[in-house]
Amino acid sequence: MTMNVSMTVNGKAVAAEVEPRTLLVQYLREHLGLTGTHVGCDTSQCGACVVHVDGASVKACTMLAAQAEGATVVTIEGLANGDALHPMQEAFRDNHGLQCGFCTPGMVMSAVDIATRHPNPSEQTVREQLEGNICRCTGYHNIVKAVQAGAKAMGG
Amino acid sequence: MTDTGIGARVLRKEDRRFLTGGGRYVDDINRPNQTHAVLVRSPHAHATINGINAKAAESAPGVIAVFAGADTAADGLGGLPCGWLINSKDGSPMAEPAHPVLAQGKVRHVGDPVAVVIAETRGQARDAAELVEVDYTELPSVVDTATAANPDQPQVHDEAANNTCYDWEFGDKAGADAGLANAHHVTKLDLVNQRLVPNAIEPRAAIGDYDSGEDRYTLYTTTQNPHVIRLLMCTAVLNLPETKVRVVAPDVGGGFGSKIYHYAEEALVTWASRKVGRPVKWTADRTEAFLSDAQGRDHVTHVELGLDKDGKFTALKISTVANLGAYLSTFGSAIPTYFYAPILAGVYTTPAIYCEVLGVFTHSVAVDAYRGAGRPEACYLLERVVDAAARETGLDPAEIRRRNFIPESAQPYQTPIALVYDGGNYQKNMEDCLAAADAAGFEARKAESAARGMLRGFGLCCYIEFCGAAPSAVAGALGARAGLYEAATVRVNPSGSISVMTGTHGHGQSHETTFAQLVSEQLGVDIGAVEIVHGDTDKIAFGMGTYGSRSLPVGGTAIVKSLDKVIDKGKKIAGHILEASADDIEFKDGQFAVSGTDKALAFGEVAGAAYVPHNYPLEELEPGLEETTYFDPPNFTFPAGCYICEVEIDKDTGVTRIDRFTAVDDFGVLVNPNIVEGQVHGGLVQGIGQALYEGCQYDAESGQLITGSYMDYCMPKASDVPSFAISTNETKSPTNPLGVRGCGEAGAIGAPPAVINAVVDALKDHGVTHIDMPATPEKVWRAIHGGATAMAAE
Amino acid sequence: MYNFNYHRATSRDDAKAKQGGAEDGSYLAGGMTLLPTMKQRLASPSDLIDLAGVSDLAGVRRDGDAVVVGAMTTHAAVAASADVAQAIPALADLANHIGDPQVRNRGTIGGSIANADPAADYPAAIVGLGATVLTDSREIAGDDFFTGMFETALNDGELVTEVSFPVPEAACYMKFPNPASRYAIVGVMVARTADGVRVAVTGAGPSVFRSAEMEQALSGNFSPDALDGISVPAGDLNADIHAGSDYRAHLVGVMAKRAVAGCG
Repeated sequence: MTMNVSMTVNGKAVAAEVEPRTLLVQYLREHLGLTGTHVGCDTSQCGACVVHVDGASVKACTMLAAQAEGATVVTIEGLANGDALHPMQEAFRDNHGLQCGFCTPGMVMSAVDIATRHPNPSEQTVREQLEGNICRCTGYHNIVKAVQAGAKAMGG
Repeated sequence: MTDTGIGARVLRKEDRRFLTGGGRYVDDINRPNQTHAVLVRSPHAHATINGINAKAAESAPGVIAVFAGADTAADGLGGLPCGWLINSKDGSPMAEPAHPVLAQGKVRHVGDPVAVVIAETRGQARDAAELVEVDYTELPSVVDTATAANPDQPQVHDEAANNTCYDWEFGDKAGADAGLANAHHVTKLDLVNQRLVPNAIEPRAAIGDYDSGEDRYTLYTTTQNPHVIRLLMCTAVLNLPETKVRVVAPDVGGGFGSKIYHYAEEALVTWASRKVGRPVKWTADRTEAFLSDAQGRDHVTHVELGLDKDGKFTALKISTVANLGAYLSTFGSAIPTYFYAPILAGVYTTPAIYCEVLGVFTHSVAVDAYRGAGRPEACYLLERVVDAAARETGLDPAEIRRRNFIPESAQPYQTPIALVYDGGNYQKNMEDCLAAADAAGFEARKAESAARGMLRGFGLCCYIEFCGAAPSAVAGALGARAGLYEAATVRVNPSGSISVMTGTHGHGQSHETTFAQLVSEQLGVDIGAVEIVHGDTDKIAFGMGTYGSRSLPVGGTAIVKSLDKVIDKGKKIAGHILEASADDIEFKDGQFAVSGTDKALAFGEVAGAAYVPHNYPLEELEPGLEETTYFDPPNFTFPAGCYICEVEIDKDTGVTRIDRFTAVDDFGVLVNPNIVEGQVHGGLVQGIGQALYEGCQYDAESGQLITGSYMDYCMPKASDVPSFAISTNETKSPTNPLGVRGCGEAGAIGAPPAVINAVVDALKDHGVTHIDMPATPEKVWRAIHGGATAMAAE
Repeated sequence: MYNFNYHRATSRDDAKAKQGGAEDGSYLAGGMTLLPTMKQRLASPSDLIDLAGVSDLAGVRRDGDAVVVGAMTTHAAVAASADVAQAIPALADLANHIGDPQVRNRGTIGGSIANADPAADYPAAIVGLGATVLTDSREIAGDDFFTGMFETALNDGELVTEVSFPVPEAACYMKFPNPASRYAIVGVMVARTADGVRVAVTGAGPSVFRSAEMEQALSGNFSPDALDGISVPAGDLNADIHAGSDYRAHLVGVMAKRAVAGCG
């Protein structure tokens, strides 16, 4: 009981035979070895699994791989340009916006999405827009600063 | 010199891999030919197991094996040990019931592991786990802390009459009683320090990998202390010599205490990997984490504080019931005793203090250290009762504290309950914080809030805690079954790069950067030349791990002492090459130079020469440049500070919003202020989480966990908390050569009383004198509309 | 998650046929509730029929005095729709506060209302704005659509295709979110329409409901003060660890007043 799924992940065309119940995050981690996308909860709240599907941020733990058929997916591994970090990645580093690093990939992917929709976000906008991402280490203070700085660096 | 030494705000070395998806956490690791384990867990809080039928599961697709308690017993697996012996008032040792890795005839909390299913895929293992038929006879259960020791309650263990693990005391009972009897005023308070779930965002995971060729096991696990896990698992559970076991803790996604302990799953996957002849991987999902990660706090306390007519404290007396859960976790017995009572003097000169703690078993997940571990519970009750005393005596909360502070001139200060504080100006912390928080402007802000129909409150907390566990002699005298020193090896490689092997373990604390800064400072090299190696028992001599803000004061000191030895050895090498006495060599600015001459060797030259001993006097000078230190601290360190919280409460809904939060901490010397600030922010939000949002609840009748997911257990989100105004004072700790105190737990310790004091202040005109945590909108609304009595009845 | 068969429907008819041909088939819209439920093994459909490929189910259009939202329109699309913002800003605001940005990017109006979670936001809009739910076979008045906790008037296999919201004179939705899940502990939609005032409450009871007493009071005097002294009976409301029924009843009053004030 398997099915074929194919999509573009970080610019590469990929395809695999999977069980229909395979979640997008499982497909990324287990089939493609893209372990930067994490799983931190079962109820689509922590946001450690956030990736971009066709340009929109989604929780890869609450989407079947099958639902991404034909889609363009970007994960944390696809954000940097070679050795050059994405401006949002740089901003997280500059502002000490990460500690244990586990929520970080989802946080950064959400942050890029926020910056795209809100080019110069206020602190309150950032806090509200981070509704779908939980961090247990940083107390959010430096993440908020990082998202604002990253948005600015992205050209906002 | 370099600009990456002590005090530099350098960016973290570890960030690049975390930011690019290159972190390597346990669940990211896959071993060749690996299998997957899923645990069958008890759906009942308390039940007898009459039988287990695994036939259907064993024949399900992909299933390789199903093991139950009989299998682990047949192989002679021992139970999970407790690392700290507590004796009761009467001198008798604590009740220490067996803690099997798989249930033996009985289950004692929802989530208690009963069997393990091993299959080709995780999905298959989970499918098959549902086919394991366990015949239970349900028994009545108890989860309530306050009443667990009542004689009519269901018993968790036969060995622990009245569910009592210990009935412990600390301090001067007669003195405290006399101080209360002679007091001008006694303030009494009943409070609950609710149970919390640590909730590191990375769920626990473990991979056991037995190599039959080497006859050796490797365990990859999400732990804060790999050597401790190896020690406990080898000696207590699997009966193996350490030589046969390697424990690897790769990147670990937060711990906050919950990843200190030796868990059943670690031993199970290790053992099972040999049984099935293939690697066995287990990863918890969040639901499972709620049912199996050790939880925190859970105290019910009565406190009495005596005051003389001037508001000076005369005595403090505390009676606590501490819920230990169904089994003793690794440090479960010590947290509500020796990590709690000795800090009850706080920052005050209270002359007589007595504390008794009844440790009780209940049908709930084990309770152990969670960020702060005992000290938040102590700080909360003390700073709450001091605030209550201020209100009852008409003193300003800051003024009552001024009248009782331990003066800086009295440092080092011997408290009446064992500890000797290591310096600090506690009043200055408060005065600085009052100024930074614009306390003077509060009344105007309150009036402005009132004009909008909102209530505003101001809350103060002056915390102190103890870090850097531990002077082993002290810990041993108090029942610790291990020493608490730390080991570090500094290896200077031939090309001059430096490897530092530390027994601590970073899982968010930025050790790779902070420790590299210590090396940079002392050897004058850039942090880029330094590699910090941790988390692998094969690579590191020994270690006790990371918890209790011990890594820098204890582990960092071990590194510094090894660096001292490296420099001494380097002087010998340089002296030999430069044909001078080692005593005449001085190491400065990254060079070994002959005093008073221009003859010098760069550090890198000495490193190279150390490995090319062509003309060494080998009787006097060995090749190589590597030194190891085991550092056992002479005392704890005592970070202290002041937190001020200002809240605004919507009285129509009961919603509390933190408008301002100001912190002044004294952590001694700061190695990297960025990282320290990050630790404070994170601690504060966990403390705010406890004060306003989080609470682990079990159903009183069924013992079922009600808050078993993020749908019901409220984790603070970005929009729930403010940005912080934080600053530091610096009093060097004399306990270690770095002068550091530790900063990991302060926020979680000091924030809860600051927030609750602010909430109570906001509600004081509504007759509210106390509100238990978490101060949810509903509780606040009831307090406003029903007053204090309604709260008590709730 | 248990295994299941996955189908990608290409049209409404194809979806109906595939659902009808399955032993226990379930439509898959955004999956924001269904997939977590299946992950917890609390639901085990034999087949999932993915509606994402049915192109004519998504989109927002203005249709005379109504705004019509396709069943597969995401919350984010509703929140961002110029038609919605212009005609019914309260609906855009409601959609913009469902879950979190990632949920809003996947979750759909059709999926939400077909699931009929008592704490979901959209039921307050369907009932409060007097919407009409269109299915593959009929029209269902918003007032008749929700029949109980997780229960609707939909027949087995009936497919929601659109929701038509009549444009009100003014409307406002006020939500008191569950601090953990951010679902509504209480959400109140107040709308002033040509046919009178509507007050719909979600989150508080087993299913969305209207408060006739509030509607009557507001019909005479559309101001927050008109609701003074009016409460919904606590006995009919939900109680859980987050909010007792009396607290919920109180919040209904507070949120209703704020919604009235928000109507401007």
